[in-house]
Amino acid sequence: MSEKDWIPTTPRKSHTFDDYTLSEIRRAAATGIYDIRGGGSKRKLPNFDDLLLLGASMTRYPLEGYREKCGTDVTLGGRFAKNPLRLSIPITIAGMSFGSLSAQAKEALGRGASLAGTSTTTGDGGMTPEERGQSKYLVYQYLPSRYGMNPDDLRRADAIEIVIGQGAKPGGGGMLLGQKISDRVAEMRTLPKGIDQRSACRHPDWTGADDLEIKIHELREITNWEKPIYLKIGASRPYYDTALAVKSGADVIVLDGMQGGTAATQEVFIEHVGIPLLSAIRPAVQALQDLGMHRKVQLIVSGGIRNGADVAKAMALGADAVAIGTAALVALGDNDPRWEGEYEKLGTTAGAYDDWHEGKDPAGITTQTPELAARLDPVKAGHRLANYLKVMTLEAQTLARACGKSHLHNLEPEDLVALTIEAAAMARVPLAGTEWIPGQRF
Amino acid sequence: MPVVDLAKTSLRELNAALQKLGADTNETSWTVLNPSGEHAVAAGVDAPVSITIDGPVGYFCGGMNKHATIVVDGSAGQGVGENMMSGLIHVKGDASQSAGATGRGGLLIVDGNASARCGISMKGIDIVVKGSIGHLSAFMGQSGRMVVFGEAGEALGDSLYEARLYVRGPVAGLGADCIEKAMREEHRAELYRLLEASGEAGTVDVGEFRRYGSARKLYNFNIDNVDAY
Ligand SMILES: Cc1cc2nc3c(=O)[nH]c(=O)nc-3n(C[C@H](O)[C@H](O)[C@H](O)COP(=O)(O)O)c2cc1C
Repeated sequence: MSEKDWIPTTPRKSHTFDDYTLSEIRRAAATGIYDIRGGGSKRKLPNFDDLLLLGASMTRYPLEGYREKCGTDVTLGGRFAKNPLRLSIPITIAGMSFGSLSAQAKEALGRGASLAGTSTTTGDGGMTPEERGQSKYLVYQYLPSRYGMNPDDLRRADAIEIVIGQGAKPGGGGMLLGQKISDRVAEMRTLPKGIDQRSACRHPDWTGADDLEIKIHELREITNWEKPIYLKIGASRPYYDTALAVKSGADVIVLDGMQGGTAATQEVFIEHVGIPLLSAIRPAVQALQDLGMHRKVQLIVSGGIRNGADVAKAMALGADAVAIGTAALVALGDNDPRWEGEYEKLGTTAGAYDDWHEGKDPAGITTQTPELAARLDPVKAGHRLANYLKVMTLEAQTLARACGKSHLHNLEPEDLVALTIEAAAMARVPLAGTEWIPGQRF
Repeated sequence: MPVVDLAKTSLRELNAALQKLGADTNETSWTVLNPSGEHAVAAGVDAPVSITIDGPVGYFCGGMNKHATIVVDGSAGQGVGENMMSGLIHVKGDASQSAGATGRGGLLIVDGNASARCGISMKGIDIVVKGSIGHLSAFMGQSGRMVVFGEAGEALGDSLYEARLYVRGPVAGLGADCIEKAMREEHRAELYRLLEASGEAGTVDVGEFRRYGSARKLYNFNIDNVDAY
């Protein structure tokens, strides 16, 4: 037998030590520092694609697609606030800081949201006049860092969102690296230019739910009981966190799943802490129902929401509204293939660019460099966002009508089935074609 | 000279009345009776008026204060003067945790002791404590000045940015990146002005204080400093 008489085995790479893992080991060995990046979890996680809506047939009546109304409006914050927010659509723009984003990008988010009749949210870094000016409804975040916090902006806001945590990093604080600390960002945060800014993970003047109740009371006193008070939590123990949020006196709960984006966080944190949104909604809704507060305290969910189907499914599971971060940035122009040449120079490719903390964004969104930021036209980008929000809403309405619902809020778990056993267990809906909901106690 | 008795009037009515006052009000001197530890007393005031609170208050008294002079004739609960912007808050008794937290301006005076996290995340406020302060005080302090006549607890000035700390008594321990710095003439002058502002010029000797500030080693992440985090 000659030596060439057999075919050698195919070179085989390890599933455990795949190319990405190997490159990360090499990077860590070379630099001695963990990987920091923006965006959300990139691995495959159970998500809304694992659910299907059933649609009407013999036992349910559908609504006429082009004739019969399907409402989309939502009121947020009526529990205690004198002036609840009345939004035209149940899709809001999540909190993203000026600092992580350029002033133009913040303005564009405000413009897009206002055109669509929905709210946008400040972030860790305070409120900019551009953003306030262009946002019909602006939610003002109250974070552990309290960067830029002041009573005038608090009173200028339409709602206040106390941030306990984010889905990308429940239990973690924030960071904004020195490269992005321009004069303006530094001034708003009362810190020297060019230094790394660490945002604390705990609030400085309260600990625990009993204290939080008093903090909420104080914020209400300062704002004349007018503003809805939201509480944002990263999904980890949603049943108990939701129950405590209700106890603390929140009007609205924002629940952010682990797919949720971030401006800059350790990769290990993004990928390994918290639970996917799909698994977090039902326990949160359960807590609200157990307390008789479902629909009285509204639930906004976020983390990987991409289209109208995600919106419809989240609402069918019991959410009152959703929030989007990453998808809104993509609508503005983030990771657009038109900048491919520049992404390549940064060692990446359109769709994978996530070094948002470095401030070199070719699309001019996650940057403070004036030349890059000038690439984003806030008016045009705002229109793109408004278009996208409109499409998402139409998609969600289409699905709701097919299920015979005259309002998105009428969607219910009974409209859903799951494609996988995991999703069935997490969303507490039956596996398609069966009556089986794994994990339910009978 | 309005007198509001919290045994008869609700906190909401009191705060609404105080928050309505404008810069040119002639109702410049208020007295609050029977505060009985209520929370958020005189929070969110934005007028150059003086408010005397006759007794102990709960959490967040004078929170986010602008321009007002608030005197608490008693002790104050957690977060007195949190995020205050300007004006003066004077606690005649002791203050609980997180006094002056995130304060951005004005002066907070505590005649007694302040507890843990005094001046946490301070952003421009001046704080004068005539007694001692607890652990983790001035944590991540960004700007402003803190003066302590007595002692400081563990981890003073941990992860400090640009706040300046003057402590007369012993310090149980310094936090990460906080170091003792030389008292130069300009610091003695600064400290004297702070003492003057709090009515203590000449009663304590500027020369007995030591100054603490940031070593600025953690300002930009450096792997060689990782043990400090
Ligand atoms: C660039 C960027 C900046 C963010 N900044 C903040 C922030 O300052 N405060 C906050 O609570 N969440 C922040 N987030 C998280 C979002 O509010 C939201 O929870 C998340 O983006 C939702 O998930 P999605 O991106 O998959 O839609 C940020 C997200 C991004 C992408």
